[in-house]
Amino acid sequence: MTDAKVRLKPDTTSETNTASDRIAPSDRSVRLQPDEHRTRLLHEMIRIRRFEEKCAELYSAGKIRGFLHLYIGEEAVAVGSMQALSPQDAIVATYREHGHALARGISMNALMAEMYGKHEGCSRGRGGSMHVFDAKTRFYGGNAIVGGGLPLAVGLALADALQHRPHVTACYFGDGAVAEGEFHESLNLAALWKLPVLFLCENNLYAMGTHIERAQSQTDLKAKAQSYLIAAETVDGMDVMAVEVATRRATERIRRGEGPMFIEFRTYRFRAHSMFDAELYRDKSEVEVWKARDPIATFSATLTSGGQASDVLVSAIEDTVTEEVAEAVAFAEAGTWEPVEDLLHDVYTPAREAHTAPAVEVK
Amino acid sequence: MITTTYREAIRAAIREALTKDARVFLMGEDVGRYGGAYGVSKGLLAEFGPDRIRDTPLSESTFVGAGIGAALGGMRPIVEVMTVNFSLLALDQIVNNAATIRHMSGGQFSIPLVIRMATGAGRQLAAQHAHSLEGWYAHVPGIRVVAPATLDDARGMLWTALEDPDPVLIFEHQTLYNMEGQLANNAQAVDLDRAAVRRPGKDVSLITYGGTLGKTLQAAETLAGEGIDAEVIDLRTLRPLDMPTIAASVKKTRRAVIVDEGWRSGSLSAEISARLVEQHFYDLDAPIARVCSAEVPIPYPKHLEDAAIPQPPAIIAAARETMGRRG
Ligand SMILES: Cc1ncc(C[n+]2csc(CCOP(=O)(O)OP(=O)(O)O)c2C)c(N)n1
Ligand SMILES: [Mg+2]
Repeated sequence: MTDAKVRLKPDTTSETNTASDRIAPSDRSVRLQPDEHRTRLLHEMIRIRRFEEKCAELYSAGKIRGFLHLYIGEEAVAVGSMQALSPQDAIVATYREHGHALARGISMNALMAEMYGKHEGCSRGRGGSMHVFDAKTRFYGGNAIVGGGLPLAVGLALADALQHRPHVTACYFGDGAVAEGEFHESLNLAALWKLPVLFLCENNLYAMGTHIERAQSQTDLKAKAQSYLIAAETVDGMDVMAVEVATRRATERIRRGEGPMFIEFRTYRFRAHSMFDAELYRDKSEVEVWKARDPIATFSATLTSGGQASDVLVSAIEDTVTEEVAEAVAFAEAGTWEPVEDLLHDVYTPAREAHTAPAVEVK
Repeated sequence: MITTTYREAIRAAIREALTKDARVFLMGEDVGRYGGAYGVSKGLLAEFGPDRIRDTPLSESTFVGAGIGAALGGMRPIVEVMTVNFSLLALDQIVNNAATIRHMSGGQFSIPLVIRMATGAGRQLAAQHAHSLEGWYAHVPGIRVVAPATLDDARGMLWTALEDPDPVLIFEHQTLYNMEGQLANNAQAVDLDRAAVRRPGKDVSLITYGGTLGKTLQAAETLAGEGIDAEVIDLRTLRPLDMPTIAASVKKTRRAVIVDEGWRSGSLSAEISARLVEQHFYDLDAPIARVCSAEVPIPYPKHLEDAAIPQPPAIIAAARETMGRRG
């Protein structure tokens, strides 16, 4: 690419919303009052929390198998950051991606069916918990190779830039991924080519059982991004509004054609790394300290004490979510197993599909 | 005899190596404080300390490469990579450095390195955690590839691998870690040169290794009930292949079924099959049969994962077919 600096047009789909009036992707067309927007944020976080609590239960019941990585404690990051993305933006996530999938607007039914491995799942059951994909929302996985998503994000952004589409690729990854070569190679390339990638690092302090202090010589992660001349900041990942505001600032900057940006969200997973982890590497007291900063409880308390929401409203949200989760479980239960005869499906693309792929205009 | 598991047998082997040889150390992701992704190294950090049980950052290429460097520098590293899928991030170091330096240096430098990793499917971990790529590694001259399938081999292969002056890759099938059984109190190092006859028989040779040994023995029992006396060969070492043991079996039975969890195309089973045809064509009374994984990334749902990898019914059917029996 010779003309590395790509000028991006402003995103026509996102209008000129401010932090307080953007809403969750599920019904962006509706304009909400600031209070309503905040209530939606709360609602989205509670959806993720209750969905995953149900998944943990279903795992014990043997309905969900394989590896299951819960996002509980980190919900503010996905919910807050997704507010700044337009439906045309691309998402790349990790194996801890249920929260991102829901916040992005993938239906809970399709996600739950995927957890079961049913054919009605968003990845048609082939991926399971770690491999959520959804073309409609430009959700490019669900990647179980740590760091594996970063180069993809660079390429997605390159494709957007080459086709003069004003989109951002949001790439989520953990603090552990920062140690992988792909992280460094991806940041360098994105910066060199000034690509519209938003690197979103979910620093929950641990990569499995390894604390960041024992994995990084430089624990200030934004310094790494800055060393590639990428604008970077660190944000409280337990505060959904702070996450939203920072992400909005970043996407606006990227849409102005200023190249990639990096945000480190300081957050914490309340649960084990996966369902197989005895958590011998951290103190219960440390977990309790972070739980006191639960992004849902604190935001809910702020809203109720500030008069923007009432206890009645919060319990109404809980009721709605309980219903939605129950419906998702029923949907997954009623789903079908793909016939064994179809085992070899989707290894290659059928020729007719390849031929009908939309032609892109490369200028 | 003691009752133990495959996991504990490997741990005992690591402990013995650390005790016997001051040059030995273990390094990899979460091998220390976490105790290993599969719990193999639990307790070793407390016993041997952080110099010898080294947690690394997530950086497969670099810590495997550092293992190569440490081996060059006089140490005897055991490097653990969580699973074979992640070892692909270190493929460059393994294939371009570990396997070549002895040769490129005209024999001046050897790499006495051991790399252990989990392999295989069976736990619904889907397509980035469940592949059997040991056959790829067995393609590469300059490294030795072994696959312990029994407690004795889990216990005994490591020390022999450490004594080998060249890189040895040890593949531990994910489904074996919990396997329980009896092990002699004085179990010790085993050879890495010979395949083993795990069940003698006269009618058909079932040739396998690692995670599919159990399924193959199970199939052999069923076949025995039908009057087919199958011999089961455990390859143990995938590179170099012990062709004399394989050939002796096939000469006796005149029939061969190769069971390999790798994909059929370009697999280890293809190599064995080709060698049998090249060298023992006239000893065979029936076409060689292969039971391999279906040519698909391993899918998540149980019924599809089961259908994708070798299972006893397919082994039984293949053996019957070599005997000219159907159904
Ligand atoms: C290349 C690679 N190496 C190792 C693993 C095993 N593994 C899965 S998750 C994980 C920790 C990753 O930590 P981090 O990036 O901080 O994400 P978090 O789990 O904390 O969200 C490890 C080591 C893997 N999936 N891929
Ligand atoms: Mg982490």
